[in-house]
Amino acid sequence: MLGRGEIAIVGAAESTQIGAVPGMSQIMLHADAALNAMAECGLKPSDIDGVACVGPMMPQQIAHYLGITPTWIDGTGVGGCSFMIHVRHAAAAIHAGYANTILITHGESGKSRINATARPPEPEGLNGQFEMPYGPFGPPTLFPIPVLRYMKTYGVTHEDLAQVSVVTREWAGKNPRAMFRDPITIDDVLNSRMIAYPFRILQCCLVTDGGGALILTRADRAKDFPTKPVYILGTGESVETNMVSQMADFTSSRAFKVAGPTAIKAAGIKHNDVDHLMIYDAFAHLPMYGLEDLGFVKPGEAKDFINEGNTRPGGKLPLNTNGGGLSYTHTGMYGMFALQESVRQMRGTAPAQVPGAKISVCHGVGGMFSASGTIVFSNEKP
Amino acid sequence: MLEPGRPKPKPTPETKHFWDGTKQGKLLLQRCGDTGKVYFPPRPFSPYTGTRNVSVVEASGKAKLYSYVIHHRPVPGFTPPYAIAVVELEEGPRLMTNIIDCPQTPEALVLDMPLEVAFTPMDDDITLPLFRPAKGG
Repeated sequence: MLGRGEIAIVGAAESTQIGAVPGMSQIMLHADAALNAMAECGLKPSDIDGVACVGPMMPQQIAHYLGITPTWIDGTGVGGCSFMIHVRHAAAAIHAGYANTILITHGESGKSRINATARPPEPEGLNGQFEMPYGPFGPPTLFPIPVLRYMKTYGVTHEDLAQVSVVTREWAGKNPRAMFRDPITIDDVLNSRMIAYPFRILQCCLVTDGGGALILTRADRAKDFPTKPVYILGTGESVETNMVSQMADFTSSRAFKVAGPTAIKAAGIKHNDVDHLMIYDAFAHLPMYGLEDLGFVKPGEAKDFINEGNTRPGGKLPLNTNGGGLSYTHTGMYGMFALQESVRQMRGTAPAQVPGAKISVCHGVGGMFSASGTIVFSNEKP
Repeated sequence: MLEPGRPKPKPTPETKHFWDGTKQGKLLLQRCGDTGKVYFPPRPFSPYTGTRNVSVVEASGKAKLYSYVIHHRPVPGFTPPYAIAVVELEEGPRLMTNIIDCPQTPEALVLDMPLEVAFTPMDDDITLPLFRPAKGG
């Protein structure tokens, strides 16, 4: 059994630039972040013996590009939470002795589309047969499909959902790297351009270029590195369905309800031990579902919890402190950036640092509620 | 009739009966032989127990509006704004569809409103199960 705090993150970095990066192809965004992460902890490619990145045929591309000969690889690609799942698998692999020093990379030219991943139509797939004929066109038309049912079930208003964007922007205002930093009001959100009712443009994530990388090793080796180790206390993962129309419950994600509590239980913590929380916010409803499905509040209570200011700067549960996918950056697979912010908060180096934070929970979603991964971090070895 | 350009489903051996059914004006679901529960999308075994003992059953075509978005940007085959809906069939399963003969507005598209299936041909091969407000509903 993998021990709490047995594995640590010793390297963590984003690509040198995020946002619009027209001077780098997708694979170079991977490499740029990986080089930054290796540099900060004094490693060379020859020191890395495990590689994880998203997608079919990708680990060999990244390993070759960087000059790594791995004894362990993971190409798990289940959307934007794949990196949380890579962290989980990498921790287990190090525990098992399959590798000692694992590099997880992400790069996505989501905005500039240089060597970006193509997504050809699949008319024979179940999505192609039973969803695509009805006119969905990317995540903004699919991810919000359950929202009206959630609103009706719990009496959630358009103003409640707009508040998520307002609070997230407040955090972004503290982060010089955030793409959007100017304060916004509920009226600003509700008067912004309609994309797919009930959501408007300010309730949808950004589309950017960027990359990120993490380096994991055994905690007992962490003292050999110049960086402050960030310990992995607990992890969780699950999937539900690739068809948002077939979710068992439109007011809750089954994948969230497996991954989140699995991680929290493994970490041996209680909800009120958590000092800092990241919930992948591709769209404005996700922090609400995450707060409820991970058990921070009861079903239907997330709107009040957010409206009361608990997740704002100075609140008791700071949430999405980098400005989130809504205002910081969102390449297409934002989970890597949520992990980077958890690591920064645990190192004490975040632009909007939560004073004295010792435990951070980082929760990701993949596809349209189709997958989930959760990591509990601490800067103290248990 | 449907605008040209809409993505066209391509049946597989496991879903052919469903698409043959819609062409004949039947909405065909499947029933688990172990639990009696009806399921969708089509597959030749039960997602509840894994049994291959399943049967095809014809749905009533009655449904209620479960959730939706109204898309405001242009997409090939669609004129915005148009609703992408999920309906809950009387038999239990939910499916994605479009709502026709109804303004595509939040005021007209009320959750839980009763609906009925409206088989709508794309072409000679494929008929889509769209839905419309139920008569007298």
